[in-house]
Amino acid sequence: MNKLALKTLLICAMIAAVTPFAFSAQPPASGAHPSHAAQAASAAPQVPTSAAPQVLPRFRFENFTTANGLPDNHVYSVLVDGERIWAGTDNGLGLYENGKWKTYTTKDGLAHRAVLSLALDKRSGDVWAGTMGGLSRISGGRIDSYTQLTSGLSNDVVYGVSIEDENVWVATAAGGCRLNTRTGQWTLYNERNTPMTEIWVYGVSAAPEKVYYAVWGSGLLEYTQKTERWDKYDDPDGETEMVLFKDQGLIHEIVTAVSYVDNIVWAATYFGGSRYDGRYWHNFLTKDSGLPSNFINTLKGVDATHCWFGTDKGLAYYDGVNWAVYRPSLKDGKPEMTVRDAQGNVKQVAVTTAPAHNYVLGIDFQGSDIWVATAKGLSHGIREKQ
Amino acid sequence: MSVRFQIAAGTALATLALALLAVALRTDHLVRAAEADDVNYASPLEVLLSPDGARLYVLCQQSEEVRVLDAATYAVMKTIAVGRVPRGFSLSRDGARLFVTNSWDDTLSVIDTRTLAVTATWPVGAEPSSIVEDRAGKRLFVANRISNDVAVLDAQSGKEEKRLLAGRGSSYLTISPDGSRIYATHVYPNPPHVRTEFDNRTAPESEITVIDTARAVVVDRMPLYRIAGVFHLAFSSDGRLGAVAEYHPKNLVPLAHLEHGGAFAYTLTIFGADVGKTSIEVPLDELERYASQPFGVAIAPDKSRIYVTIGGSECVIVIDVPRLMRFIHTRPRPQSGSFAYDLSASANYVVARIPVGHNPRGLALTRDGRKLFVANRLEDTISVIDTRSNRVAATITLAGPKTISEQRHGEQTFYTARQSFQGQIGCASCHIDSTFDGLTWDLEPDGFGRDIVDNKMLEGVKGTEPYKWNGGNPNIPTECGPRTEKYFWRSENYDNLTLADLVVYIRNMPTRPNRWKLPGHEMTPAQERGRALFTRSVDKFGKPIIEYNRCSYCHSGPKGTNQKLFDVGTRKPTDNSGILKSPPLTEIALTSPYLHDGSARTLEEIWTVYNPEDKHGRTNDLTKDELNDLIEYLRTR
Repeated sequence: MNKLALKTLLICAMIAAVTPFAFSAQPPASGAHPSHAAQAASAAPQVPTSAAPQVLPRFRFENFTTANGLPDNHVYSVLVDGERIWAGTDNGLGLYENGKWKTYTTKDGLAHRAVLSLALDKRSGDVWAGTMGGLSRISGGRIDSYTQLTSGLSNDVVYGVSIEDENVWVATAAGGCRLNTRTGQWTLYNERNTPMTEIWVYGVSAAPEKVYYAVWGSGLLEYTQKTERWDKYDDPDGETEMVLFKDQGLIHEIVTAVSYVDNIVWAATYFGGSRYDGRYWHNFLTKDSGLPSNFINTLKGVDATHCWFGTDKGLAYYDGVNWAVYRPSLKDGKPEMTVRDAQGNVKQVAVTTAPAHNYVLGIDFQGSDIWVATAKGLSHGIREKQ
Repeated sequence: MSVRFQIAAGTALATLALALLAVALRTDHLVRAAEADDVNYASPLEVLLSPDGARLYVLCQQSEEVRVLDAATYAVMKTIAVGRVPRGFSLSRDGARLFVTNSWDDTLSVIDTRTLAVTATWPVGAEPSSIVEDRAGKRLFVANRISNDVAVLDAQSGKEEKRLLAGRGSSYLTISPDGSRIYATHVYPNPPHVRTEFDNRTAPESEITVIDTARAVVVDRMPLYRIAGVFHLAFSSDGRLGAVAEYHPKNLVPLAHLEHGGAFAYTLTIFGADVGKTSIEVPLDELERYASQPFGVAIAPDKSRIYVTIGGSECVIVIDVPRLMRFIHTRPRPQSGSFAYDLSASANYVVARIPVGHNPRGLALTRDGRKLFVANRLEDTISVIDTRSNRVAATITLAGPKTISEQRHGEQTFYTARQSFQGQIGCASCHIDSTFDGLTWDLEPDGFGRDIVDNKMLEGVKGTEPYKWNGGNPNIPTECGPRTEKYFWRSENYDNLTLADLVVYIRNMPTRPNRWKLPGHEMTPAQERGRALFTRSVDKFGKPIIEYNRCSYCHSGPKGTNQKLFDVGTRKPTDNSGILKSPPLTEIALTSPYLHDGSARTLEEIWTVYNPEDKHGRTNDLTKDELNDLIEYLRTR
């Protein structure tokens, strides 16, 4: 399938369902050593191949919909802000606080009703929202919005946003950009000044040493802050959907999300997931992992070993060895949890709750709990004692 | 030709000759007076008492010093040089350190109050204007006027921890009596957050930014509707009553009839447990006497009185708090929460109006509340008010020049409201601290509802004539004289000397340092690229750009104007003409909104929205990156 046709197909799929998005990651403890995919070719993966058996987390999912105050059931993004929860929906930004939902709309200054991405500036407490119509900053209840007409923002469709120090890093439909909140200067990143060949940027994960952009059709871009140098990681198989050599590099060019945590890059594509430690790649496919689908909308790394994946067929957790999948059953819609061990043995775990929908678009953590944005509601996974 | 016509013609000629002679004489006088004098006044802006009440600290803006006076004898104990154009100062809780924000060199002077020496000078944000320390002595909070934020610093090292988004023109900070909150105000209105068809005619909005001191995050923003220009805020000692001084412009209606109260209301917003769940706006103006340009606020320790300095009316207003409380709790509250337009209201709670010196600003009460010190900025004096009699008991004259220079007199003229009908407005009502106000106005001469105009920055106006957006005024004397007298003051003309001095002041107004310029003549790569676009003569398709459609043609010269009139395609249906003067670019980054009618909220909008036919320079061939570069360059002007 050529890229254009594939893109068209996926756009149709998104319109039918919901628009993909990206999210920000926890900053790492220290910098990673940059290296190209080719350098890692045929090297041994650094993901643990064995680990002490451990119990995969179990959750009781409480789901929010418009019936209990959520602004809209199409939830693109979720952000944990202490005891407060922000939900970016197709019809406004919801804030869940003290058991009640409050909705911010364009009347409050929000750039657009559809909120695709969210990020928290932990220092100031400000929340940044990427929308279908610009970027908004929510600060102490006031909303200031930036659009391509009123500011230096490269494009109004903001798929991803990530905060690093005084910089707001943004992924848009026309490249990436950075707003320095101190100087007000916008810097744009696109095909003219980076190795980006496509400018449809879906996600960004920024840290003091590195910034990663997930680019639809143009792989993964790495920016080293100190040297101001760009590196690009591509699928060594080119644009094909075949995987000729396992773990040679990025799994696919269509990268939908990236999470940089503890010097590890976790990357989501529509054709599998990747983990990169600065030297070695390890890829995840349904055929050889516990991923419920290769179509990954989002992911969020917990640390160097653990990661959550949001796919079109459920929420998945990887602990470095084992996998767990949480979803309404694809057959009958009943709550389902499956676990897969390192040997590929899959078994069912009896559960009574599941995320609101299998089409997962956003993930964030609240202590040991998880919040999940789905195409039909927001889910709060409350960790159960085991 | 009839005799009657000849007489009429002769009379007309004679009148014209006299008029020309008058203009010539007047111009001659103005030319003679046009050179600036170089007299270094103290210009006391703020005052503070030491915790033990023994010392009076006086922040002298023009001489760039803190003067330390014995609070009993008023003798000068020490003069301490600080940074450029200091604007705010405060003491640490124990009184051991005095912090001074130097607004033009972006530094903070730390003074040891035991040795009365500067022990540290720390770099801070752009145009630091006010500072407070938290009660724990861990953090300093600094309001930065240009970067519109409050910086959080380590109180011991001065290292900046973070910045918090504040209102536009963030300027004044007050810590609550219990130390749990910091309240920040700002002098320019926030940009309208919702786009409407009448963006340039939406009511201004401001806020009080509320910061949780312990967490150093913004936890609330108290809205101040229809307010543009918010200054000092004070609390009662029990923390139950807060009051903030502010301007309430009436810029959405034609500025025509001062006699009908058509320009400003000057108000306090009061809030807190004593007021109720919502804040309320009360006017300081009286029926025949306005309270032009309120600035400083203090509340008596026993909460019996609120004192407000009124910069343009040269007085201190005294409010009886119990009467004010009775008024707000018994008078039916307007739906808007504002009594701003009720000129009978203040008679219910204003109990005295104490004349002081020129342009009173900061004020400080003694701990027993019996003495009130008021800094008269443009008189180099401190009025000492006996609060029992509400009279000036003494006037402390600060050391300095004893003569009033032309420039000084011009500045006094700029700030005073005494020229205008009922003392409603002075130049500084719209040109806050001699700058601008971020508002658009409908001035009368062009017709009601016609020619809405954006208020402009005054710094650097010398040599950029003609003035007004339509270029209708050939020079500053015309701009400030007949036009202002006729259309603004509605009361009293300037005499020639006063007008000349006002012109001297305006012509010699210094221009603040540009914060986007690198040291020397260095430029960032983006600024360099932007400059190339600004000066280019060929577009990206290789086609020559006709001379008058190059940025650098109309915006030529050191101030960015060739002083000519053009039609750049921005005429609105309400405009009488689309022919407009190319405005200077001085400090353009600070002065949004843009275009003659303020319709462009940002620099970007000038080209992304209001230049569809490339009449305002050839720009539609630019990519977004390039437009950003052009703006980066413009911000250095």
